Amino acid sequence: MIALLTMLVGAAGAVTRFLVDAEVKRRWPTTFPWATFGINVTGSLLLGILAGAVLFHDQPSAWQTVVGTGFCGGYTTFSTASFETVRLVQQNARGQALLNALGSLIASVAACAGGFALVWIL
Amino acid sequence: MATGDDGLHGDRDDVPDPHAELPVDPDVDALRPRPLHWRPTALLWVFCGGVLGTALRFAGEILLPFEGAGWPWATFMINLAGAFILGALLEGLARSGGDTGWRQRVRLFAGTGFCGAFTTYSTLALEVSLLGKGGHIAVAIGYGLGSVVAGVVAAWLGIVSAAEVHRRRVHS
Repeated sequence: MIALLTMLVGAAGAVTRFLVDAEVKRRWPTTFPWATFGINVTGSLLLGILAGAVLFHDQPSAWQTVVGTGFCGGYTTFSTASFETVRLVQQNARGQALLNALGSLIASVAACAGGFALVWIL
Repeated sequence: MATGDDGLHGDRDDVPDPHAELPVDPDVDALRPRPLHWRPTALLWVFCGGVLGTALRFAGEILLPFEGAGWPWATFMINLAGAFILGALLEGLARSGGDTGWRQRVRLFAGTGFCGAFTTYSTLALEVSLLGKGGHIAVAIGYGLGSVVAGVVAAWLGIVSAAEVHRRRVHS
């Protein structure tokens, strides 16, 4: 039951990513892949909050499986982020490629750890 | 005539359109199709690929669970495999023609849906955070940076491999 729910919620996360990505690109067309960047940072923040709630506030771990592994996992994406970095290198935008690769990692970890710490404090 | 009042257009500017949101021609939307991401069939392809991608990642995380210490092998391998597949897929599709018809459906299902949901940035961020919290700073940094660098190499290898396969097919 949990497994089935995780799969469906993960797919809903993928659809959410598809919609957010397309809408952000339509409204703010930029070379730098801000859409994927923002998706990965917000998804990491949500997972940090969830993991913190499970660890510090005794919330059922099924939440982390369904919403964390499911939604956050399906919503955020590593493959597109890597692909977009390669595309930036191929377009000779080396600085933006480096910013995308390192910036995504640092901002996502900071968001996740921040969400985690926030729940710990509360 | 000097007033410009021809009985058809006179005073139009003074009367606000009570339904400005409606088009004059009701068939106008048929000529202007919905953007791809608001078409139900496109969303369905992404959803189906997302079910498959999440299921495989979930299975991988169960087979090789991350215990808070050590290298998170499941996420690491899933992310690299997904980056390679996405690179190969998008290059292969682009070489075979424009983003229409079956190619667009394959891109939505296998690329946006499957690869997108199979790989994950949030779990990577959580694992780096937990490694750091547990005092495994070197592993945390090595895993984070290693994933990003290897991910870019994997996506690039996917692109190059698909281009090479295409080149051999065209020349044979």
